[in-house]
Formats: sequence, structure tokens, C-alpha cells
Amino acid sequence: MEPIAIISIFVLAVFVGFEVVSKVSSTLHTPLMSGANAIHGVILVGAIIVADHSSTNLELGLAVAAIILATINMVGGFVVTDRMLEMFKPKKGGEKK
Amino acid sequence: MSHFLYSLIGLAAGVCFILALKGLSTPKTARRGNIIGAIGATIATLVVFFYAQEGESLPLNNFGWIIGAIAVGVVIGVPAARKVQMTQMPQLVALFNGVGGGAAALVAIVEYLHLGDTANTAEVIATVFTVIVGCVSFSGSIITFLKLQELMTTRPVVFPGGRFVIAGTLAATLAAAVWVVIELGTNPLMILAALSLLFGILFVLPVGGADVPIVISLLNAFTGLTVAASGYVLDSTLLIIAGTLVGASGTILTRLMAEAMGRSLFGTLFGAFTAKPQEASGAAEERPVRSGSPDDVAILLNYARRVVIVPGFGLAVAQAQHTVRELADLMLAKGIDVAYGIHPVAGRMPGHMNVLLAEANVPYDQLAEMDEVNPTFGQTDVAIVIGANDVVNPAAQTTPGCPIYGMPILEVSNAANIIFLKRSMRPGFAGIENELLYDPKTMLLFGDAKASLTKVVSALKNL
Repeated sequence: MEPIAIISIFVLAVFVGFEVVSKVSSTLHTPLMSGANAIHGVILVGAIIVADHSSTNLELGLAVAAIILATINMVGGFVVTDRMLEMFKPKKGGEKK
Repeated sequence: MSHFLYSLIGLAAGVCFILALKGLSTPKTARRGNIIGAIGATIATLVVFFYAQEGESLPLNNFGWIIGAIAVGVVIGVPAARKVQMTQMPQLVALFNGVGGGAAALVAIVEYLHLGDTANTAEVIATVFTVIVGCVSFSGSIITFLKLQELMTTRPVVFPGGRFVIAGTLAATLAAAVWVVIELGTNPLMILAALSLLFGILFVLPVGGADVPIVISLLNAFTGLTVAASGYVLDSTLLIIAGTLVGASGTILTRLMAEAMGRSLFGTLFGAFTAKPQEASGAAEERPVRSGSPDDVAILLNYARRVVIVPGFGLAVAQAQHTVRELADLMLAKGIDVAYGIHPVAGRMPGHMNVLLAEANVPYDQLAEMDEVNPTFGQTDVAIVIGANDVVNPAAQTTPGCPIYGMPILEVSNAANIIFLKRSMRPGFAGIENELLYDPKTMLLFGDAKASLTKVVSALKNL
């Protein structure tokens, strides 16, 4: 890819990243961090690509380890974020004891 | 699949991630946002299996290994995320972030081994960056996990000459980085990885317990940037977009969190080196405190017109959320005005306490944020502090140089009476003595928060 294309993507993504989270109440800081954390689990894609072209056992071993770690990050991250946010859903007919 | 289609689907996944972050910024759309993010990640992962990378063919080589490794990751990750206690969730997030950083570092190492001499300088620099930051994120996150899980001390760890050791390690790491770029060898890269891991540990050790969430957020942003750098090496637009998004939003989030805690980022990371050593207040424990019985507390509450409950992490540890709601309901039934004063960093992370109370079905409108509740303490008859300490410690306003100085606090000292529910006289997470405990208008109720509250509830019922 052209270096200028990469730099453009990078700079624009920085601004989008700044913009989307600039106003967040402190209540949502933790779920937002956790959600962003899950998103960087897409390094799984990178791990699969390097596993695909691994030519030695060492490379494959490291790539497999990377896939396991990345999957934990991604899948675990989304599940735990969902559990946190489940708490915020509107209560159906406030059950009181 | 053509490269164009592959990139287009990658772009769609990237848009999902933007919408996910956007959604996560508003309570109403937060859950949907997270699901959109998960969908984006799923699309991104699936599409790799249908596109032959340059010089490769389909199906992917080592297909069985790849599927097996994903299965192992799911089997470890999902139960961990499902079973974790809500109180322990911050350390799980730290751990997930750490393994993500580790994965990015490993991907960079494998790609480096694979490219060998064919790598161009820009690729090597990106690789070196990923290895350093990924390793720092990995080992740093492990330390934050150990601190939050209280498997190690939560106080800043500072040793003589610590700052020189850290500076030395950083210098050695950078030197190794230059060496890798010039020499292009496996051994220099391994040394670089080892030095980076060491630096990650040294970097987080001096951070005090209460500041750990800020560090987790910072490391989270770091991991995002490593993913972006890997995207460059692997020629994947999606990884560049996703990584940069997380890096940028993580940086903003870190700043917002630091602001909520009244800390500068610099102070958080290097405060332990510049702060004056704490004078050991050995005599403090000898000072008299006024402790009361559950009945005393119930009587005080019965004749109050306005009560503010200040919950802290101790409440969550004792699993007393439901009991505290019972107490609040009882007081409301008696016509007493009740509010919960929530400090932005009550619990272990910003917003953590809101999650814990929401879990106990505490109505959202009773939760008052710090700025809302602080002006009302003057008209408050009783402030009940349950398992909180640092967030009400006046030292944050009165003692320059103490680790939490400058952090906004809940000004419970303005209330007519203060009740502390505590397990012991042990200082809070930040390890600082709280003067408020010795205040003449303070009453202490020692014991497990849940047991104490249960007794107070039954005493109040009988009045």
C-alpha cells in the first residue's frame, strides 16, 4: 500500500477516535474501556495471517500462541463488556422485596 | 475472493468498530454498541479464511492449528468472562488487555522471523515498535492484575535508585531497538523483547493502587497502537483502522479518567518518585475513636431527615448491595430523604460502583454524582460511608504531597453526623490514614458491611 494512503488512514482514524469518545459520563468509562479493549482483539486477524504463512515449527508455535491470546482478548472482552452493560438495561416493573 | 472485496469487507468491520465506540459512549445505546463491535470482529475474523494472502493459496495453511487455537481461546476466554465476580472485573479487563498486547508482540515476532532479510526498514521499525509496546503492555498488565487482585502490595513499590534503574532499562531497550534495526537478527529481537518485558514491570510497580485503572486505560491505548503497527507490517487496512481507533479513544479516555480523579497523567506515573516519603504515623492507631452499636446507628437514622449513603469497594466485597438497598427502602418508607453519593472512581474503576449498584436493582434516580451531592452535605443529617475511605479522605484537600492530593472527594465532613462502616482501622486502597475517622461527629461501626447493615435494618424496623 502507498505510504501516503497508510498515513492518511492513520491520521483520519486518530481524529475519529478522539471525536467518538470525547463526551462520555464517568459511569461509562469502565464499559467503554472494556469495549475498546475487546476491539483490539482483532489482532486475531493478524495472528491468523502469520499462522497461514508460518514455515517453521517455531513460527507456527508462536503464531498458535498469538491466536489463543488474541481470541481470549477478543471473545472474553466482548462477553465481559456485555455483562457489565446488562446491568444498565431498564428494569421491568421494579420488583421490590 | 478479490483483494478489493476483501478490503471492502475489512472496511465494513472498521465502520462497525467506529459505531461500537460511538454507541458505548451513551448509556442507552451502549449494549447495542458492544454487540455491533462483536459483529465487526466476527466479520473480520471470518473473511480472512476466504482470502488467499499474497503468494499463498486457500484453504489456509495450518488450518487445523488455527481452528484449534481459536477453540482453545474461546474455551478459556468465555467462561472467565462469564464467571468473574463483578467486583473482580477490573483485573479481568487488565488481563484481557495484557494478553492482547502479548498477541500483538508475538505476531510481530513471527512476521519478523518470516520476512528475514527481505524486510524493509519501515517494516522493521514497525516491528520493533510492536514488540516493545506489546511486551510493555503484557508485563505491565500482569502487574496491574496482581495489584488489583491484591496478590501483591497495592502501594507504590519504590526502591532506592529506582528511577535510575527504570531510566537505564529504557535506555537499554531503545539501544536494543536500534541494534535490531541495524543488525536484523533473531537474537537482538529476543533481547529487545526481554528488556521490554522488564521495562513494563518497572514502569507499573511505582504506581499506587488507586491509580491503577488509569494505567490499565493507558496500556489499553498502547495495545491499540501496536495493533495499528502490525496492520502496517501485514498490509491490513482493517488492523490499522481498528488499532488507531483504540489508540486514540484510549488516550482520550485515559485523560478523562485522570481528570475525574483530579490527577495528571504525569503525576500518576511518576508521582511515587517526586512525592515526599510518607511519615509513618504509628501513634495514629492509639488515638481514640468513637465506635457505636447497630442500635445507635438505627436511632441516628430514625430521626434524620436526609441521609446520604456513600458506597465504596468494601460494600461490594461484602456483597452488601442488596442489604444497603433494603436499608434505603426502609428509610424511604419512613419518609427519610435518601440518596447515594457516588464518587466517580468509587470501586476500583470509574463507573464500577454504578454497575455494582445497578446489579442490586438500586433505582437509577437515587444515584447522585459527586458534583450533585457535594453541595447538599450541609443539609444532610447523616452520611453513611460503607466500605469507602480514600474517596472521602479530607487529606486529598488538606495534605499536599499525599498520594491522593488534588483528587476531588465527597465532602461528607459537612454532614451533621458521619457513620463509617468498616472492617477495621486499616487505611484504604491508597494506604493513607483518614483524619475523618477521629472526627468527634464520626461514629464507627466495625464488622463485615453486610452483617452490620443487616443488624441496622432489623434495629430500624423495631423502632
